[in-house]
Amino acid sequence: MSTDPRPGDRRPTLAVWKFASCDGCQLSLLDCEDALLGLTERLRVDHFLEMTPTEGAGGERAGPGGRGPYDLSLVEGSISTAEDAERISHVRHVSRYLVTIGACATAGGIQALRNFAHVDEFLTAVYARPEYIDTLETSTPISAHVPVDFELRGCPIDRGQLLEVVTAFLAGRRPRIPAHSVCFECKRRGTTCITVAHGTPCLGPVTHAGCGALCPAYGRGCYGCFGPSERPNLRSMVDQLRHDGMSERDVLRVFHTFNAASPEYASVPDLAAEERHSPGARTETRPERSA
Amino acid sequence: MSTDTGTNSSPPAGSGGLVMGKDGMSALVDVLIARGFTVVGPTVRDGAIVLAELRSADELPYGWGVELEAGHYRLRERPDGAAFANAAGPQSWKRFLHPPRVRQWSADRVEGELVLTAGEAPPPRYAFLGVRPCDLRAIAVQDRVLTGGAYRDGGYAERRSGALLIVVECTEPGATCFCVSMGTGPAAGPGYDLAMTEVADEAGHRFWVRGGSPEGAEILAELPARPADPGTRETARAGVTAAADRMGRTMPEADLRELMAGTLDAPRWDDVAGRCLTCGNCTMVCPTCFCTTTEDTTDLTGDHAERWRLWDSCFDLDFSLLHGGPVRATTRSRYRQWMTHKLGTWYDQFGSSGCVGCGRCIVWCPVGIDITEEAAALDDWTRSGKPAPAPREGSGPP
Amino acid sequence: MTTVPPPLPYRVAGTWAETADTRSVELVPAGRELAPFAPGQFAMVYAFGVGEVPVSASALRGRHGGLVHTVRAVGAVSTALYRLGVGDTVGLSGPYGVGWDLAAAAGHDVLVIAGGIGLAPLRPVVHAVLDRPGAYGRLAVLVGARTPADLVYRDEIDGWRGPARVEVTVDRPGPGWRGAVGVVTSLLDRLSLRPERTCALLCGPEVMMRHTTRDLLGRGLPPQRVQVSLERNMRCATGHCGHCQLGPLLLCRDGPVVAYDRVAPLLQVREL
Repeated sequence: MSTDPRPGDRRPTLAVWKFASCDGCQLSLLDCEDALLGLTERLRVDHFLEMTPTEGAGGERAGPGGRGPYDLSLVEGSISTAEDAERISHVRHVSRYLVTIGACATAGGIQALRNFAHVDEFLTAVYARPEYIDTLETSTPISAHVPVDFELRGCPIDRGQLLEVVTAFLAGRRPRIPAHSVCFECKRRGTTCITVAHGTPCLGPVTHAGCGALCPAYGRGCYGCFGPSERPNLRSMVDQLRHDGMSERDVLRVFHTFNAASPEYASVPDLAAEERHSPGARTETRPERSA
Repeated sequence: MSTDTGTNSSPPAGSGGLVMGKDGMSALVDVLIARGFTVVGPTVRDGAIVLAELRSADELPYGWGVELEAGHYRLRERPDGAAFANAAGPQSWKRFLHPPRVRQWSADRVEGELVLTAGEAPPPRYAFLGVRPCDLRAIAVQDRVLTGGAYRDGGYAERRSGALLIVVECTEPGATCFCVSMGTGPAAGPGYDLAMTEVADEAGHRFWVRGGSPEGAEILAELPARPADPGTRETARAGVTAAADRMGRTMPEADLRELMAGTLDAPRWDDVAGRCLTCGNCTMVCPTCFCTTTEDTTDLTGDHAERWRLWDSCFDLDFSLLHGGPVRATTRSRYRQWMTHKLGTWYDQFGSSGCVGCGRCIVWCPVGIDITEEAAALDDWTRSGKPAPAPREGSGPP
Repeated sequence: MTTVPPPLPYRVAGTWAETADTRSVELVPAGRELAPFAPGQFAMVYAFGVGEVPVSASALRGRHGGLVHTVRAVGAVSTALYRLGVGDTVGLSGPYGVGWDLAAAAGHDVLVIAGGIGLAPLRPVVHAVLDRPGAYGRLAVLVGARTPADLVYRDEIDGWRGPARVEVTVDRPGPGWRGAVGVVTSLLDRLSLRPERTCALLCGPEVMMRHTTRDLLGRGLPPQRVQVSLERNMRCATGHCGHCQLGPLLLCRDGPVVAYDRVAPLLQVREL
């Protein structure tokens, strides 16, 4: 694979950055295999610690902030430490077009569960020596700190969607990453609706498409790893999950995962409480047809 | 081949059709395959009766019925062993005639020149086995949309003109069916190549078959069938007549086109917007919904680009996107667009209703929104002088 | 009945700036030629690998005999078209839609009212009227723009003065602007409108067309003699994609130009 600068190299440069995350989204890029080779024909990979510890023509050791400037930066992970909050400003500064990838970078990730509790309690529960840990009270998406040019969702992201974002960047077009529901993908691929046909609770109707409707194709309900679709009707979704037999606890928990801190999913506990306290709501939202 | 003109749809003169048994159905699938058709019909898969390519008539859903309600679909075994005593499933024939994803053309940059090439491989010749009368009408509706105007969708026209339509009349409507209200069933209308009515009683499991086109008659002649006896014909006709009286749903008696045009500001749209998930399922399962979007792709070389067309839905915010934002941003306006188009403005655009009463949008809406109930509520509102509606009592479906 | 074909390759014969974010492009066929366009009709213009957008013809015959389109760089495709250079190739299909009903305007005074880049689809109307001075009554062209720098076809507009009455207004005047300031409707007071024999053709933001039409009707112009060019999302231009619906209308097929009496009730409904 050729990432080294060539004479007269006019390839745009790529940098891949890691913040608080599991590396899975960066790995999606390495998993592109053959496509990755094609990609390096069009892009010069200048900074990608997961792939190589060096940077630039001399093969020098890459620093955590890179050298830059970069034409395209892919940013994985959330901001959970003070250092990272500073580092992302620097990354933004050296990046022409910045794309955040994955649930951590776009919504705060699973580690944003701390936003709903006291971080000190987690520290004492998890670490033998909590005093070694230096962390912020919250885990927040990159967009809470710097302007972001495009957000790619998923835990992890979809490889095909990542390639689409990169090829769209190279072609100068808008990436075709629709913000509608997973249901669109189920229907296009011909999966029979598991909620309607089996009564399986499924977050597909309020979840951002992009995974290709993987779980329902295997008979499992969508659990929202791509986060909320555009303007989801969560009030009605909560009602539906109850109808499909989910306990109150499970309704709250199913939204309380990788995208728990997305503003839409974070509103679920309040919506659910409202519904419970207004007994008329259910009959009004699910009228029985008078034959 | 048949068209929706109805000119060649009547049974051959002097014939009361033929009767065949399950062996005849097996022979039919074999004959179609031997004639080079890709046979598509109902079969049980993943807990539903889906439409898929059939290799033999054994794959038909013999002995399976369905229980339908708003937001609810379950397979139920049938003791009579009938294959077609089940109402519309999760898919419709548009999946094959107007597929979810089609490459329209490709563009290559060759030595600085732009070369544009038409995109689709020639389609297979389909034989659709088990088209319900409502779906036969839906095909005619899409014919008008995609080939009846100033521009013809060439890919659709090719798939459609090659398709052989074998209708099976409806004897077992579901609780969500309302074809009688829409005038599309349960008896077969014009446009088929072969029409059948299934009878499964103590006298045996058999099919009353009529040809509707020269090609249909030719195929029929190859099947092990005998002239239809009056008893079978009577039982078959009675089954279809009885089905008409057992519709699970009805549309209000009102002129639906006027009703839609006159209720654009009804408070009911806010009510349904409270329930609607804007997930787009209703539009995707609808056998007439035709809306598509386009996607432009490029490969990694940057010298090859393709234009794809995908099923789209008026529930997607991007659907009405203009520079400055979507025209229809609220759920209220998006649901109103879908329903008023289906029942109202479709007449203005394409000369008929866009609804054939198959009930799929009711069944496959995860929250069970019922277009007949919404229409009834709008009608009530109109009749009662358009006051604000009172909340309705009741509980969800079983 | 035509089968929807892939676009035809057209080459850029000339391109020039109209404003800071708007350019015009003259396209000539690289091989086969499309059927002739009428004023108000549009083309789908495909930028290689980026996508396709509907663009009205802003002149039917440019200096090189080609079709002229004016694009404002607001999205990925329009930006790609904005950046085209001479010799580049695009894909072009059309002509699509219903253009201005010039037959209905024959023998009438023609009142052209444009907001911003809305002058683009109306420019061929001005050309057509100026070409056949005897066929129409008086020609008046009213143009509104955000600022003087946003005025398109500025030099050409000046050339229309004489055979036509031309009035220009801006929302925000810059230094050196000596013309009118305010909304385009305010220019109507400057005309001696003959409502009984005037045909008005409008293109601009929907809100501008609504206000202007109300004013015109108030001055006695019958709604069927007001034509407006409307904009909706268009993906196919052949009436098959469903995106450009406005109630009963498919604007790619029944428009983009429609008589105001037909759309007035539709434009009153929010989010239709």
